[in-house]
Amino acid sequence: MSICRSLTLLLIALFSLLSLPATAQEDDPGKALLINLAEAPASKVEEAVNAIVSSGDERARGWLEAYGNNRLSRVKDTGQVVLVLNNRGRDWEIADPLTGENMGEMSRRELDRVAINNRIRGQLEGILAMLDLNAKDPDVREASAQDMMGKVDASLVEPLEAQLAKEEDAAVRNRIEEALAIYRVGEGNLEAVDVLAGSLHPRARAALNEAVRGDNEALAQRAAKALESIEQKLQLNRAAETLYFGLSLGSVLVLAAIGLAITFGVMGVINMAHGELIMLGAYTTWGMQQLFPGQPGLALILSIPAGFMVAATAGIIIERSVIQYLKGRPLETLLATFGISLILQQLVRTVISPQNRTVVTPDWMSGSLVINDALSLTLNRLYVLAFALIVFAGLMLIMRKTRLGLEVRAVTQNRAMARSMGIRATRVDIMTFALGSGVAGLAGVALSQLTNVGPNLGQNYIIDSFMVVVFGGVGNLWGTLIAGLSLGTINQLLEPWAGAVLAKIIVLVFIILFIQKRPKGLFPQKGRAAEG
Amino acid sequence: MWLTRPLQERSTQIFLGVLFAAVVLVTFLHLFMPQDSALHVSAFTVTLLGKYLCYALLAVAVDLVWGYLGILSLGHGAFFALGGYAMGMYLMRQIGDRGVYGDPILPDFMVFLNWQELPWFWHGFDMAWFAFIMVLLAPGLLALVFGFLAFRSRVTGVYLSIITQALTFALMLAFFRNEMGFGGNNGLTDFKDILGFNLRTDATRLGLFIATGIALAIGYVICRGIVTSKLGRVSVACRDAEARTRFLGYRVERVQLFVFVVSAMLAGVAGALYVPQVGIINPSEFSPLFSIEIVVWVALGGRATLYGAVIGAILVNYAKTVFTGIMPDAWLFALGGLFVLVTVFLPKGIAGLLQKRRKASQDDDTPTAQEATV
Repeated sequence: MSICRSLTLLLIALFSLLSLPATAQEDDPGKALLINLAEAPASKVEEAVNAIVSSGDERARGWLEAYGNNRLSRVKDTGQVVLVLNNRGRDWEIADPLTGENMGEMSRRELDRVAINNRIRGQLEGILAMLDLNAKDPDVREASAQDMMGKVDASLVEPLEAQLAKEEDAAVRNRIEEALAIYRVGEGNLEAVDVLAGSLHPRARAALNEAVRGDNEALAQRAAKALESIEQKLQLNRAAETLYFGLSLGSVLVLAAIGLAITFGVMGVINMAHGELIMLGAYTTWGMQQLFPGQPGLALILSIPAGFMVAATAGIIIERSVIQYLKGRPLETLLATFGISLILQQLVRTVISPQNRTVVTPDWMSGSLVINDALSLTLNRLYVLAFALIVFAGLMLIMRKTRLGLEVRAVTQNRAMARSMGIRATRVDIMTFALGSGVAGLAGVALSQLTNVGPNLGQNYIIDSFMVVVFGGVGNLWGTLIAGLSLGTINQLLEPWAGAVLAKIIVLVFIILFIQKRPKGLFPQKGRAAEG
Repeated sequence: MWLTRPLQERSTQIFLGVLFAAVVLVTFLHLFMPQDSALHVSAFTVTLLGKYLCYALLAVAVDLVWGYLGILSLGHGAFFALGGYAMGMYLMRQIGDRGVYGDPILPDFMVFLNWQELPWFWHGFDMAWFAFIMVLLAPGLLALVFGFLAFRSRVTGVYLSIITQALTFALMLAFFRNEMGFGGNNGLTDFKDILGFNLRTDATRLGLFIATGIALAIGYVICRGIVTSKLGRVSVACRDAEARTRFLGYRVERVQLFVFVVSAMLAGVAGALYVPQVGIINPSEFSPLFSIEIVVWVALGGRATLYGAVIGAILVNYAKTVFTGIMPDAWLFALGGLFVLVTVFLPKGIAGLLQKRRKASQDDDTPTAQEATV
């Protein structure tokens, strides 16, 4: 008997030990707060919510979010408050709100939803934003302050002001001030209008518009003035955005055309397969990403030399096998290289797939650079723009400062004279063509980040590239850069009122007419080289 | 008379004789051979051959400017398609209220797009004579304006090629737009009859085939007449030494303009005959690829021979029909290979091979492709 009793005692002791965490939970202030909320009558709910907010508990955000989404429930038997993770079907998956521990599934009949009314739900968003305003990360604070714009009501003014007083980050302060100003404009405060006059946020404009329509005349006048200044700023930003997109499109054109400017412009070889060399570069990027799965960034960086090499090799093969036999017969070269472009396209269709391949954009290239509320620049386009400029600068250096560049210029200006000076013209031909082709490969690597990678990729760019080179003036790299960027910008400027297709047609017609006027392009070559 | 002179030439006589014999033979085999005979030519084949003849006429037009004027046009598909669209618009208007929506005036696609009335440029196309004039006028006018601007500013060689390519590309983009009023993507199709004849009957198809044969014969004689005339000699001079011809006092740009416009009109006629036989015209005829393909027909057949263009067009298109039937994937390889092989190994084309054979009895003053190289 006694043994039996002592065993029982031991068991009880063990159990109490095991339930130690439970006792810890007992002491958790969060539990009381939640139960308080769950049990509060309609009139006291607000108080209970505020209590949770002011507790400073880190888990408060999750609780309130769940509360707003009807995901806070009470177990009927035990009275414990739980989070509902999944409320589909009959058995709901629940978790402990205090520890976050998954508690498995429970029949929904045994659960009792913690009631919420619409008034509280409306406020909850602001309250949650207030919670975020205390976050450590200034970006989170700024985002939450931005969320708050237009949602501030009388109850939030005071806490916001308190927040403003202790906030140190300038951007966050600005946002809070704007949020407060929107509320104050609604209340008829004149000074608040001036605060909003500097804001580009759509909510600020909405608030000012409302003030203009309101009965308060002094306020309406001031708001109208503020709106005018905002409108001016917006227009400036829109112009900047169009310019950015134009430059971005232009940088793509420059990239596609700059290799052609070498092979066509400098060497005088019409390479209709240029577009397919771009395509090869893009497929190299895809191939590298298959080689390094899960590391798109590394693959992309490695693709830059790889794409160059692949396209340059293809270029050398084309030059050796076909183009060298057609020297001095540009129209035949045009036809033969067009044939090569058909073969390359079909090769990709047969060997890889006629479908487009997806090339992953690495994290550091996706997203956008936010300048202000009205203007944000997509990062991948920014990178491509920078890349185009770097490639251009590199080519410029090669042509101007290296032995190869000197020899290329000598051979194009006077082949016979250059050869008698000991320059191996055939070697220069190969090197130049490889360089131009390799740059096409680089263009492909960049384009893989902006458009679909498919067998038709090159075809879409070949006519544009030739237009850019001819427009800029054959044999002039600067001309190509300026022509590409300006054609891209013109295209973007026309698009809003003409539509994308019509804009393109207008640009083409413009170039056709321009060539009639100035057959040698924007920057014609002067002197003897021009006659060659 | 410049038009009758070619008829006395041996080469033209042979060409016309062969063409006449072929058309008569096909007609005979189609009409008088029993259906189950191995020699019977089906209506489908007749239409296919008619299509080849349209292409042949188009190739002759391209050869006229490339072979004898030295202008490599990569935009002749545009003139072909414009002629085709003019014919297509006439055929559309002939449908009348037999369309899907039954509108007596508006073609189906306009009803579909909720258009209330006919656009201005569609007026007059219900009359055959007007449409047939437009078949010549639309491509001719485009060639006139484009050529006037280009030749006046002495745009030649590769530049002109690239610009003509841009021209047809721009037109393709434009015709793809629904707002243009030419049926957008789908183009014009679902034709019923031409000049009162039902397009689906075999007799009409045979008639169109014969008409195409006649058009090709006339087109060939016109081109031959031009190249053997004094104008033709000046045009060859422009091709080989433009600056020198200019210094000798010839108005090079006028010669170029005249030949270019004639060529564009011929291409337009080819397109107009093509559309009723194929039964559809859509913007893909404007695609740069098609235009450049035409050039390869000419290159394969032999540049600056005219009959070579006909041979090239028929051969390549026959090969295309066979290839796309048996192994469609291989066609682009074959076509691409053809581009390379012809330009590298066969600069004079098939006609060059033929000429080599019968070098002795050469009363033809046609310059060979090698001299023609620009």
